[in-house]
Amino acid sequence: MNIVEKILARASGKSQVAPDDVVFAKVDKVMVHDVSGPGVLKVFDKLKNKGVDVSKLWDPTKVWVAEDHFVPSAEKISAENIVKLSNFTKNYGIEKHFKYGMGQYGICHTLSHEEAMVMPGDVYVGGDSHTNTTGALGAFACGLGHTDIAYVLLNGQIWFKVPETDYFKLNGKLPDHVMAKDLILKIIGDIGTDGGNYRTMQFGGTGIDEMTVESRLTLCNMTTEAGAKNGIVESDQKVVDYLSSRGATNARIFKGDDDAQYANVYEYEASEMEPLVAKPFSPENIAVVREAPSVELDKSYIGSCTGAKYEDLEAAAKILKGKTVKIRTEILPASISIYKRAMENGLLTIFLDAGVTVGPPTCGACCGAHMGVLAKNEICISTTNRNFPGRMGHVESETYLSSPMVAAASAVTGKITDPRDL
Amino acid sequence: MKGNVIKYDRDNIDTDVIIPGQYLKVHDYAELATHAMEGLDPDFHSKVKEGDFILSGKNFGCGSSREHAPIALSHSGVKAVLALSFARIFYRNSVDGAFLLPIEIEEDAYNGISEGDEIDIDISKNEIKNLTKSQTYKMKPFSEIIGKIIEAGGLFNYKP
Repeated sequence: MNIVEKILARASGKSQVAPDDVVFAKVDKVMVHDVSGPGVLKVFDKLKNKGVDVSKLWDPTKVWVAEDHFVPSAEKISAENIVKLSNFTKNYGIEKHFKYGMGQYGICHTLSHEEAMVMPGDVYVGGDSHTNTTGALGAFACGLGHTDIAYVLLNGQIWFKVPETDYFKLNGKLPDHVMAKDLILKIIGDIGTDGGNYRTMQFGGTGIDEMTVESRLTLCNMTTEAGAKNGIVESDQKVVDYLSSRGATNARIFKGDDDAQYANVYEYEASEMEPLVAKPFSPENIAVVREAPSVELDKSYIGSCTGAKYEDLEAAAKILKGKTVKIRTEILPASISIYKRAMENGLLTIFLDAGVTVGPPTCGACCGAHMGVLAKNEICISTTNRNFPGRMGHVESETYLSSPMVAAASAVTGKITDPRDL
Repeated sequence: MKGNVIKYDRDNIDTDVIIPGQYLKVHDYAELATHAMEGLDPDFHSKVKEGDFILSGKNFGCGSSREHAPIALSHSGVKAVLALSFARIFYRNSVDGAFLLPIEIEEDAYNGISEGDEIDIDISKNEIKNLTKSQTYKMKPFSEIIGKIIEAGGLFNYKP
């Protein structure tokens, strides 16, 4: 069995599973945030009206909560959702609640690795589509809706159809100035926004072995944009060290069997990769940066679970050091822990000296919610994950998706720019 | 199940146009319905009627896991979405929450059915009748588990 089949077999108490089998898998960790949490409570209300007992969760120690989409609250509905979330964790005895304004908090998918919330081999579900991110730790990590999350919270398990797995093999180390974001954009361009639908996208090969854990997180994060059920990288010593350095004592290497089967294998040569963008209005609409349209940008946005991890900020800082931005540029570290490291290591000074506004961790403008949304006709280059119409604000705004290095280089010139040409 | 069709002749209708991100903070189902399809068709709310169906191309509902998407459509009166294919979370949310039926169709139905046509969906026969044009098309049958959850009326009523 491959790693996903092994995880789902273990979680469903079976010795063997194969693609298309339907299993009820026991869940090891579940996450809700300030959008899915109140959504789940609405489902609880409906159930209560039908006489279902919703007074206790199956295991509050396996539940954790993030505040990320609408924080800091811009208006009263968002503020009330945060209150609802606090009451939820208090009433149900959930201890792991990362609150903004109270130490470590941030985007849920970032906390999942920064706080070592998920271990290799886990079944991890979250009320957010980018839950796929955390598969980079060697877990089966999958996004679900409110009804399914409510079911998990009450029953501790959920049904899955065992997915077929496509294996994406990267040969060799990515060149300088080419990031994991460029590789995943290339893959989505090749297979399309439904190319991974219902499937697992697994990454491996020498290029992935060479990659940092954070780069692997970027790959798995955007498997969602190909429609995948989950993205995954088999855990190795790097993952164990990464999690141990964040306080985990039970991180172990977890891999598939040697005779693991894959539905398809795609191979990529790292030496052939170069910086890319996804043009409006789809993540599959890929262009090489050096051949991208010569548009006048209004803004560069370096944020989100996809593009504001520590390594992303470090990459942006390399480009921005000693430069001045020509367009409105916002950098929002994805968690307080990343924010603090960026401050301690001088990245924030580099950003501020370049004229960048540094904001607090939030999903904010990535989903068009608040904190820097786009006006009509504005054009943005962004390290985020989606560029559908209206995704980051006005339905007639445009977003180009890129790596942090490309977004930083473009901030300096005001045009879509290959960092190698700066 | 009879109703009239609202057709979006395109692929990849994503959750950001079904219900834009700014409304994710809203959990009042009736209010969400007033913003359904706002990112693509601002007239949707005024033209949709109870019992209508949506017809579209490939990968309907791609993007986010927001259950707001099937909720907004369902509370607008939409009983089923017919599409060449669905993104997985939208499909799953529609069924597990019993909001609407996601019906996978073939090219003949997609090309044969026009905006405003009255159709009759019979899931016991996996058949769609176009009453306006007197045509009949096959729908792809539900998988076993999906069929059982639909029959039970949602995941919470389903006994594994």
